[in-house]
Amino acid sequence: MLDAYFLQQLINGLTIGSAYALIAIGYTMVYGIIGMINFAHGEIYMIGAYTALIAITGLAALGVAFLPIVLLVALICAVIVSSSAGWAVERIAYRPVRGRHRLIPLISAIGMSIFLQNYVHLAQGSRNMGFPLLIEGGFRFGAEGDFQTSISYIQITIFITTLICMAGLSWFIAKSRTGRACRAVSQDLGMSSLLGIDTNRIIAATFVIGAALAAVAGLLLGMYYGSIDPLFGFIAGLKAFTAAVLGGIGSIPGAMLGGLILGVSESMTSGYLSGEYKDVVSFGLLILILLFKPTGLLGKPEVEKI
Amino acid sequence: MLEVRELSMRFGGLLAVDQVSLDVQEHEIVSIIGPNGAGKTTVFNCMSGFYKPTGGKILFGDKEIQGTPDYKISRLGLVRTFQHVRLFNRMTVVENLLVAQHRHLNTNLLAGLFKTPGYRKKEQKSLDRAAYWLKRVGLLDLANRDAGNLAYGQQRRLEIARCMVTEPKLLMLDEPAAGLNPAETRELNQLIISLKEDYNVSVVLIEHDMSLVMEISDRINVINQGRPLAKGTPDEIRHNDDVIKAYLGEA
Repeated sequence: MLDAYFLQQLINGLTIGSAYALIAIGYTMVYGIIGMINFAHGEIYMIGAYTALIAITGLAALGVAFLPIVLLVALICAVIVSSSAGWAVERIAYRPVRGRHRLIPLISAIGMSIFLQNYVHLAQGSRNMGFPLLIEGGFRFGAEGDFQTSISYIQITIFITTLICMAGLSWFIAKSRTGRACRAVSQDLGMSSLLGIDTNRIIAATFVIGAALAAVAGLLLGMYYGSIDPLFGFIAGLKAFTAAVLGGIGSIPGAMLGGLILGVSESMTSGYLSGEYKDVVSFGLLILILLFKPTGLLGKPEVEKI
Repeated sequence: MLEVRELSMRFGGLLAVDQVSLDVQEHEIVSIIGPNGAGKTTVFNCMSGFYKPTGGKILFGDKEIQGTPDYKISRLGLVRTFQHVRLFNRMTVVENLLVAQHRHLNTNLLAGLFKTPGYRKKEQKSLDRAAYWLKRVGLLDLANRDAGNLAYGQQRRLEIARCMVTEPKLLMLDEPAAGLNPAETRELNQLIISLKEDYNVSVVLIEHDMSLVMEISDRINVINQGRPLAKGTPDEIRHNDDVIKAYLGEA
């Protein structure tokens, strides 16, 4: 059962799944707090990847080659630019229409998504851009001549970075003052406001946190895939959204679990069936979960307020 | 300290509140009573910033607050409860009190990340205040229980504790005794009187339980069909003919 080929698919699946989970956090946090899907989130992730690439190219031009510095600067730039974009999405597409019919913010967010996508088209061109791997090499194990399982350093980096981000986020939500306020606002926005919490700030903070995590994913997956284009965020956004729904939208552990399940099931499909079926399987999974357990794996059923 | 002048609130064709005036002095418990649908809660909603009144003025201290957003009003020291208990059910009892002190802990994110001494001190202070009030309302043993799992009477008391940790000047309670048994109502009586006597908080009360109203109110305002009907001390109200008519119907 645990043969080398299976193990390889599992490793690939966990890598991609943990990156999905990072993006899915953004969907699930925003949904948890205002009950709406942030449809521009995929674009935020794409912008993160582009910013990181620009930073890496710029540093190379300046002659900076020390790897930790390059990665750190790229990460910081991506997080700052994506967070600002996330903040802007909330400010422009959500806040002015908050409290209106639910379709209105949905449409303004889709508009924002189209705008951002086309802005990147204009500014960066529509062609693919190569993304340098930076972290090369890896381990191989298994008998010579047989199928060898390999773990590349970039896979380890993706997995560990995700773990750190998730641990940090869980701590933040459970223990910090702002995290406490986030939980309060997600349970009862009106009451939180009455108790003197500036709910606008808390809502903006959730968009910014989700965007920052998406930027981290943008840098990591950019390196992993090796190339990016302005539509890079679309399919990843859909996948991460699927992961969030699968785990139970609104639940942060759910987003993590959903991301991992989705990543593993995709890589198993590519490994044992065909790479062309992997999207069929992931969206088939979404349909099944919506049919049989609409609240997701870890989601709580919505209790009607009396 | 609070003055409501000729307050009116119109919803489309319905004039829910018509020229209601009332005032609250420091160190005073003032009740608003009236038949169901008289507009009591609407007055509350205007005072706490839930509604923007269509006419009249609300003065808190010497500041006009009609139409001010609710979070700013609560920061001025005017805090309310609702007819239905509205706790954060999926947070623990003590977290409910900590989150209510959010604005007192006005520190930035970095201070929180690095746990600077100043941050720790403030966090400790808010924990102490939470523990004090939990003890005061008899919920200290349940501090780490989820608020949603408390008994109804306990939830009511936790709600008042949550208001008190924000250090309000004026507390507005909307039917605090609804759903309580007689023993719990008596406890609540004692608690509200103690808020006034020991913590120097003024209280505005909407209540249907007449024994509670008559026992603890310094003054009573009666509203009927959105209009002011009478005001005075409990004794005056008890013998007011208009009030008796409104409550019992004309004989």
